[in-house]
Amino acid sequence: MKLADIPVHAAAPADPLDGFRWPTDDFTRTPYRVFTDEAIYQREMERIFRGPVWNYLALEAEVPEPGSYKTVQIGNVPVVVSRNMQGEVTAFVNRCAHRGATVVRQEFGRAEGHACIYHQWNYDSSGDLCGVPYRRGLNGCGGYPKDFKPAEHGLQKLRVALYKGLVFGSFADEPPELLAYLGTNIVTHLDRIFVKPLKVLGYHRQRISANWKLYFENIKDPYHAGLLHTFMATFGVYRSTQKGHTLLSPGGGHAVVYSVTNTDSVESVVEAYQGTDNKYQTDFALQEPGLLQWSPDFHDGIGNLIVSVFPNMVVHQILNTFATRQVRPLGTGAMELYWTYFGFEDDAAERTAARLQQLNLVGPAGYISMEDGEAIRLVQQSITGESRDATSFIEMGGRGPIVDADHVVTEVCTRGLWQQYARTMGFAPEAAA
Amino acid sequence: MSPRERVQELQLRYAHAIDDDALEQWPGFFTAEGRYRVIPRENHARGLPACLIDCRGVAMMQDRVASLRTANIYNIHFDRHLLSPPLVEAPEADGTVRARTQFLVMQSDQSGVSKPFATGVYLDVVELGGDTARFRERTVVLDSYGVLELLATPI
Repeated sequence: MKLADIPVHAAAPADPLDGFRWPTDDFTRTPYRVFTDEAIYQREMERIFRGPVWNYLALEAEVPEPGSYKTVQIGNVPVVVSRNMQGEVTAFVNRCAHRGATVVRQEFGRAEGHACIYHQWNYDSSGDLCGVPYRRGLNGCGGYPKDFKPAEHGLQKLRVALYKGLVFGSFADEPPELLAYLGTNIVTHLDRIFVKPLKVLGYHRQRISANWKLYFENIKDPYHAGLLHTFMATFGVYRSTQKGHTLLSPGGGHAVVYSVTNTDSVESVVEAYQGTDNKYQTDFALQEPGLLQWSPDFHDGIGNLIVSVFPNMVVHQILNTFATRQVRPLGTGAMELYWTYFGFEDDAAERTAARLQQLNLVGPAGYISMEDGEAIRLVQQSITGESRDATSFIEMGGRGPIVDADHVVTEVCTRGLWQQYARTMGFAPEAAA
Repeated sequence: MSPRERVQELQLRYAHAIDDDALEQWPGFFTAEGRYRVIPRENHARGLPACLIDCRGVAMMQDRVASLRTANIYNIHFDRHLLSPPLVEAPEADGTVRARTQFLVMQSDQSGVSKPFATGVYLDVVELGGDTARFRERTVVLDSYGVLELLATPI
């Protein structure tokens, strides 16, 4: 071989992920490597969270007054949600435009502006730069060049869209219109809950040793709920034998899963739970049944409802409890789940007390949700040594088209999630792309 | 024993019962109407009422134990409560005292790896009127409110 025959690679090497394709075009298989691969994680941060999506940021009720702010995390980016002094909700990246320091250090607060501690760059409540010290130098020394324009050095802004007290943000220059992004099913069920001004009751935070998508899979899968969450099955808060619906958004990434209480019989339950590990214990009763006393907020019988919006939002109604949950990735194998509980501003004291008592059911210590963290942790733990081709198996409810179902014995919403995920990431099989 | 010693004795028996997995004894450390709450420090500091666990009365505590024993599935673990001496105020006219106590709970898994799991302060109201001291209120203000995995057994 002559020296001249050795090829010189001047161009950047191709991204090895460019050749990665989903193994099936019906999304009944998910490669486990999407939960452990660092390169995939980095692409998610860029193409999903900073891509053509709407991320859930906060509730408007959390930033009630001019200057109110809250810090959140979108993908791996720290973001401030701020109601500016003109009363508009804005959002900007919490990273100084000068040398990159965190500007807003408190989780919550109220201020007319924000100063970076490092060199005192001053930003207003919309994230625009309004002043820097020593701009013209001191005693004729130093200073910024004459062409320094503060207007060009503000904090990076997100586009913001509001819907019924929910605040969404997007890094995309031209994001889709919010309601079109959400789709009819999601909008219908948000309309059901967000009917009047909200009152925030507090927060739960949970650090789970699992990839963020394992949680998103979990929340879209109503089939596990009656089997993993024995407390629910036993006391009839939720059972797979109850009447329920599984509804999808056009791209498949969002879902509504709900069940209607008192729509099954003891006989059908006993039959359905035959063959499970003693999941339905008819002789188990609470000494303090008040915990499950439900006085419905709405008159449609829905006792358990989960709305999930790709990529980071969950809204739940479980009996009288309401919460949003923000999914915050923390690397391939960890995430924070951030729960915001709310009621309504016009709730009577007894109604608030009932909501607070029922918080025993939900959150990281909740009777009907503590198992989720454990289940997905167990998945993350055991897939870590899997081969690169290994996949999960997602066929409950069949392999057909990804469409709504009038029951909850299905994993169709999970397949919908993977469809939207694979398309957003550039991983979709050629046939389905 | 002095009020301070009686409070400390109650707190130590409580901690040992949980760490020895004698959860059935846990409700017995409270008066019948006693209140047990675990509240994230961020909520407590901002006047937000949401708790992680809120048991109103011994019956709700017994329900939690029954649920943990028969219904719930959670990480298999061992706890170890480490307590500061209690800071005890003078007893009030009704025989109750208020106490503040710092705590650290280490949690160990089945492979014998121990991690700091929870830290914060107990705000207690203890009834000393009878032969046995009992908690009328035990509020666990949790500094470590970014709960690691999940919170099943009481702190």
